[in-house]
Amino acid sequence: MKILVCISKTPDTTAKIAFTDNNTKFDTGGVQWIINPYDEWYALVRAIELKEADPSAVIHLITVGAADAEPIIRKALALGGDEAIRVNADNHDSYYIASQIAEVAKQGGYDLIFTGKETIDYNGSSIGGMVSELLGLPYVSLAAKFELAGNKATITREIEGGEEVNEVELPVLVSCQKGMAEQRIPNMKGIMGARTKPLKVVEPVAVDTLTSVVGFGLPPAKAGVKLVAPDNVEELVRLLHEEVKAI
Amino acid sequence: MAARTDLFTSPDYFNVDELLTEEHKMVRESVRNYVKKEISPIIEDYAQRAEFPLQIVRQLGELGCFGPTVPEQYGGGGLDYISYGLMMQELERGDSGVRSTASVQGSLVMFPIYAYGSEEQKMKYLPKLASGEWLGCFGLTEPNHGSDPSSMLTTIRDAGDHVILNGAKMWISNAPFSQVAVVWAKNEQGEIQGVILERGMEGFTTPTTHGKWSLRASATGELVFDNVKVPKENILPGVKGLKGPLSCLTKARYGIAWGAVGAAMDCYDTALRYSKEREQFGKPIGGFQLQQKKLAEMLTEITKAQLLNWRLGVLMNEGKVTPQQVSMAKRNACEIATNIARDARQMLGGMGITGEYPVMRHMMNLESVITYEGTHDIHLLITGMDVTGFNAFK
Ligand SMILES: Cc1cc2nc3c(=O)[nH]c(=O)nc-3n(C[C@H](O)[C@H](O)[C@H](O)COP(=O)(O)OP(=O)(O)OC[C@H]3O[C@@H](n4cnc5c(N)ncnc54)[C@H](O)[C@@H]3O)c2cc1C
Repeated sequence: MKILVCISKTPDTTAKIAFTDNNTKFDTGGVQWIINPYDEWYALVRAIELKEADPSAVIHLITVGAADAEPIIRKALALGGDEAIRVNADNHDSYYIASQIAEVAKQGGYDLIFTGKETIDYNGSSIGGMVSELLGLPYVSLAAKFELAGNKATITREIEGGEEVNEVELPVLVSCQKGMAEQRIPNMKGIMGARTKPLKVVEPVAVDTLTSVVGFGLPPAKAGVKLVAPDNVEELVRLLHEEVKAI
Repeated sequence: MAARTDLFTSPDYFNVDELLTEEHKMVRESVRNYVKKEISPIIEDYAQRAEFPLQIVRQLGELGCFGPTVPEQYGGGGLDYISYGLMMQELERGDSGVRSTASVQGSLVMFPIYAYGSEEQKMKYLPKLASGEWLGCFGLTEPNHGSDPSSMLTTIRDAGDHVILNGAKMWISNAPFSQVAVVWAKNEQGEIQGVILERGMEGFTTPTTHGKWSLRASATGELVFDNVKVPKENILPGVKGLKGPLSCLTKARYGIAWGAVGAAMDCYDTALRYSKEREQFGKPIGGFQLQQKKLAEMLTEITKAQLLNWRLGVLMNEGKVTPQQVSMAKRNACEIATNIARDARQMLGGMGITGEYPVMRHMMNLESVITYEGTHDIHLLITGMDVTGFNAFK
């Protein structure tokens, strides 16, 4: 079984968010990069679990990004990917990225393609759907559970107020979310092993960029927090009435 | 007591991170995440109860914290010394006792077997110690011989295909839970030799040391040898004399230099956060000059020690380090860490004496760290002798 896991780099959740170039670009100065948590904790770790159950499985990783994405690729290799492909392009258009992934996937003949349900920075949620369309594969989104028996996958999706269980034959593309697996910490063996695992850099194919960002804006700054002693109900009522004007 | 969420962020005032490789940072991140997940939530309770969290032995083995610099063929990590240092820094950021467990296993048990053991000994012991299946301890200190181990009284006597071991060791970390002990004893010629003991050998016991106010989450004990028959194949063939145990101590002291800075970083980070949240006289206490002085001086010392450690690591990697340089770094790190822990504790006021924050635990732990592996005085005498050429030990 060949599994392709799509990973991308996102700013650490504690990163300070600011913009440059007239609010059209994210300011990457001083930002720590991590693997997008949905890609890492759920997609990649579930793929690793499948490989642990079936040692003949191989896991390829793909990222569309510039050379500064390589540290997160090495980390994903340390966690348990077998080899990685980086498409050397810095582009945030979903169609462009999906097309690059589809191109690599076509050549790889994968049985299973995992993505995270979204990235925690741009929150596009569109790569999975686009790649499946470009490859003509079935697509199951927002998977919280993934079981495999032979060629048949049983996938539990979260839906409003409940869950939905799907059955699908491989090959399939699945976008993963919480519940699929649990975060793992790469151990020293993994980190050492990642040194020698192949990381192939390929140039992008020519594809149109369909969207561009014209501006970002920050949410309004949060007002200060006021702490009220638990026994001071009067003060709480006064604040809710006079300041918050909620009652 | 419910543990507070571990919000640690690491101070790096001089961008020392830029001196590290991506792999170093990955090692550090892994161990930091491990500490946040498995150590911080439980350690205060274990320390309060003076109980050793035995589960960490397997966990540290799985993570690769035992013998990270031992070659991979023996189950080690094959990592460099900066990785090893960062690992110790992060473990001690959690608790000095946890770091001690790893230091002893890696530098004091696996290292002598790797450096001075026979191929059979290496194959028999190293993989099981690396994985955490076995825990090891290191017996050098005796009830009446601490700073002066060359006067030790523990002996081995030749008895044909085995030797007979007699004597006692004291203050031995990991002893109560160890399957394996590397013990230093004198032969008939008065030469110090290392022997590998296994739990269960007749006449070998490991009574626990109770009543410690420091390293409470690390198990300490005695090793008592009453005519223990030790097969000759358990003697480390590669070394005779004090340089055997001392070379192990150099490795472990190197780890302590990094580890103590880790504890200092945790104290600083805790005090800094507290100083921004705690208000007195209508403003955060961090706004008062006296508290700022403490924080500024803490960060200055941490930064100096981080750079010293990094340089020491480079020298270690290049095989150029001297034991005297390691002594200086160990001594300095322990000194700044104990001072920082005390200042941080005071900055937290009454809260500082509780287990709600990690500071008092670090402060008490560091009293062991500044004592073991050569006391503060002894390391000063090592530097003194190195620069003057005069021996002031005796
Ligand atoms: C928690 C803990 C864990 C330990 N773990 C281990 C272990 O795993 N294995 C092991 O072998 N040992 C271990 N030790 C022992 C430790 O290494 C010794 O305690 C240390 O070397 C000091 O020896 P001592 O306690 O006998 O003190 P002493 O040597 O009696 O020293 C007492 C005081 O005299 C000073 N002093 C001694 N000689 C001189 C001198 N020449 N000039 C000036 N001052 C001097 C010392 O600096 C100290 O202040 C551990 C100790 C502790 C507390």
